[in-house]
Amino acid sequence: MNIANSTELICFIILGTIVIVGALGVVFLNNIVYSAFLLGGVFMSVAGLYLLLNASFVAAAQILVYVGAVNVLILFAIMLVNKREELKPIKGLQLRRILSGLVCSGLLILLIRVDLTTTWNLPGPNAIGELSTERIGEHLFTDYLLPFELASVLLLMAMIGAIVLARRDVLVSDIGTGESADQILIEKKKTPILIDKISQ
Amino acid sequence: MTVLVASVNSGIDIELSFNEALKNVGVSPEIAHLLWIPFPMGLVLIAAVIGVLVTVWLERKISAAAQQRIGPEYAGALGILQPMADGLKLLTKEDIIPARADGLLFTLGPILVLVPVILSWLIVPFGQSLLISNVGIGIFLWIALSSIQPIGLLMSGYASNNKYSLLGGLRAAAQSISYEIPLALAVLAVVMMSNSLSTVDIVEQQNGLGLLSWNVWRQPVGFVIFWICALAECERLPFDLPEAEEELVAGYQTEYAGMKFALFYLGSYINLVLSALLVSVLYLGGWGFPIPIEWFASWTGQSIDAPLIQIFTASVGIIMTVIKAYLLVFLAILLRWTTPRVRIDQLLDLGWKFLLPISLVNLLVTAALKIAFPIAFGG
Repeated sequence: MNIANSTELICFIILGTIVIVGALGVVFLNNIVYSAFLLGGVFMSVAGLYLLLNASFVAAAQILVYVGAVNVLILFAIMLVNKREELKPIKGLQLRRILSGLVCSGLLILLIRVDLTTTWNLPGPNAIGELSTERIGEHLFTDYLLPFELASVLLLMAMIGAIVLARRDVLVSDIGTGESADQILIEKKKTPILIDKISQ
Repeated sequence: MTVLVASVNSGIDIELSFNEALKNVGVSPEIAHLLWIPFPMGLVLIAAVIGVLVTVWLERKISAAAQQRIGPEYAGALGILQPMADGLKLLTKEDIIPARADGLLFTLGPILVLVPVILSWLIVPFGQSLLISNVGIGIFLWIALSSIQPIGLLMSGYASNNKYSLLGGLRAAAQSISYEIPLALAVLAVVMMSNSLSTVDIVEQQNGLGLLSWNVWRQPVGFVIFWICALAECERLPFDLPEAEEELVAGYQTEYAGMKFALFYLGSYINLVLSALLVSVLYLGGWGFPIPIEWFASWTGQSIDAPLIQIFTASVGIIMTVIKAYLLVFLAILLRWTTPRVRIDQLLDLGWKFLLPISLVNLLVTAALKIAFPIAFGG
């Protein structure tokens, strides 16, 4: 075994350990902020695994999308609503834990069995490395065009939905007349509408 | 990992001669390669730190000039050793972790802010082969790495257990994810013109006709968008809301002291120099001299591969990159000391309602021009 191979093996072992321990930490830690930060660590080590597979574009995309967008969004949401309140104990928590543990370990056993029974085509095809960026682009705009466009429509829908939910004033209706209140009018009027109505 | 590897078969190749020398002593090529790796990395780290020291000195001197003061005067000639004194002071200060803070995250935060910035220096070219690694995904690596930073900021804001810190951290994260999008779109337009993500290819594509073929003439809108977004990403003054002194004490840095504060400080200045370098790489022809250096070589009748010419080209390249970058740093410092701070709603309005549509239109126009005039816009 030469130096390049052993370096790769050591990197793989370290990254694999981080992924597994981190993922377990995400599930088992009680502090939700720690879980969110650990999730970021798991995403980053998965990007490291992609790097080991010579897929640098996928690795960078993984960091950009999962760490830079998804994980930051999760953290943002947690920190904006992070109220320190005592949660009420849930009934039958122990039973639920046992059940979900059973389901998860069943899934794990299934996956391990699939792993052991499949005859893997090793070593796999040679990685194309730098060319992969072009190849991914070609696939996205030819044979994977429909899923790509569908995903973008889905994201657009989610975005519009989020905007509608965030702008609650769109749904506000005038108490006096029952007509829907206009956003521009609300912004122009500095005094709250409700107080105006009451004082009359 | 190549530094100073000259064009394919001739010229100076320090890595090769280093490996040869070690082989003569009896070291296997693999070990020699391992021993070689730290050199370019250390070199770039030193370059980054020296860049920061110079920038800090410039900031002090230029701010003094803008306010009609003298500025640092006693530490060395013209106060040139003042940044060193600052660094030494921070090094000897007590490292305080507040009693109710979360010690682990509090320590991890500054590291997560600094490491991606230093890693991004991997792709900054100072010449044809004067960079640590010519990775194929080049500029995309920088965009991906800079998206890690907000996590470090949120982490330190949260761990400080201080309302100002948390607000500063949230502001920093919001600002940095808002401005990342127009920034990436501006970069995308350049990448489309040069058909490559690699920083070396982007610069080479600009250096055919010297000054005239720089991207800034073909991408004037992209240049402005990129510069504004880079300033916002660095949290420089028109956009320094995360640490707005009058409102938030010092934002996410409020509780930090000693070396941990120094890490933030270092990170923000390394990021500024890095952004300036990348603006010069993407839009101002990188290491290119305003008149192509190949023309000089052909006038004097020298081969471009002659060792002397190569050393000359490399030095001109480094000097040009540094000059361009520091002109931009000067501009950033001048902006900092002459403009007022924007409000948070103005900041987000500018990002989402102005820069984002403009950068999308810019991308579309670039694509159309590329199809219409493939000669001028890199077909």
